[in-house]
Amino acid sequence: MLIDKKHIGMKVPPHSVHLTAWQLKWFAKATGETNPIYFDEAAAQKAGLPGVLAPPTFFFCMDMDKEHPFDYLETMGCDLMKMLHGEQSFTYHQPVYSGDVLDFDGEITDIYDKRNGALQFVVKDVKVRRQGELVCDVRSVMVIRA
Amino acid sequence: MTKPNYEALNVGDSLPSFTTEPVSRLTLALYATGSGDHHPLHLDQDFVRANGMPDVFAHGMLGMAYLGRLLTQWVPQDAIRSFGVRFTAITQIGERMVCTGKVVEKLEQDGEKRVRLELTCANEQGEAKHKGDAVVALA
Repeated sequence: MLIDKKHIGMKVPPHSVHLTAWQLKWFAKATGETNPIYFDEAAAQKAGLPGVLAPPTFFFCMDMDKEHPFDYLETMGCDLMKMLHGEQSFTYHQPVYSGDVLDFDGEITDIYDKRNGALQFVVKDVKVRRQGELVCDVRSVMVIRA
Repeated sequence: MTKPNYEALNVGDSLPSFTTEPVSRLTLALYATGSGDHHPLHLDQDFVRANGMPDVFAHGMLGMAYLGRLLTQWVPQDAIRSFGVRFTAITQIGERMVCTGKVVEKLEQDGEKRVRLELTCANEQGEAKHKGDAVVALA
């Protein structure tokens, strides 16, 4: 079944994230990060940063930090067991740090298929803002297999 | 860290590469904690087998995080203008990830000197798992 293209333009329920040093410490450990500005508050302060620095891909984790991160696919009637992560990209405007509160505002910007519908692609574009200022654009492309 | 210099760089130049430890079940458990992604496909072998697959496999975003480290070991993070990947293959337990990058274009954009990079995260046999690109600003 092809996803109805009427969903292009659908807003994703917005959410906010309070970024903590605790979470970044575990992310750094998991990814083998050795630069302490990514996990140690004292080191970050010494480097002149307002908090522990969130690494480049952490915006994705925060975008997923909600009760039902794929609510938009469920709304479209997709089977989440048939979902794959196809592409991910970020455009950066400002770094973000532990202590920041970030607002995530997403929209479905494209739906298309390949191989006669065997693979369907759902593109979500999210604007991340801190106190109204745009800090990052996050684009996720999820693939739904037939 | 010696910052790379725009004038000194040439198209085709490589970034300092690295190879990770083998991806283990512990790696995936830690990544689940760090990322908040506790999907059973990456953690629960009973669940995975019940769905007809042989074993758990790595989060795609783990490999992208490794490529992010490739970038931030090369330039300060605030020099990164954009960064994207396509997930082309699944990373299995036990595979080491080989992260490489090279300069593919020098450009002046928005009043800045920038380079476009091509990034690859592959296993040791050379099978690409993620293919990406990034644009970074250089002095």
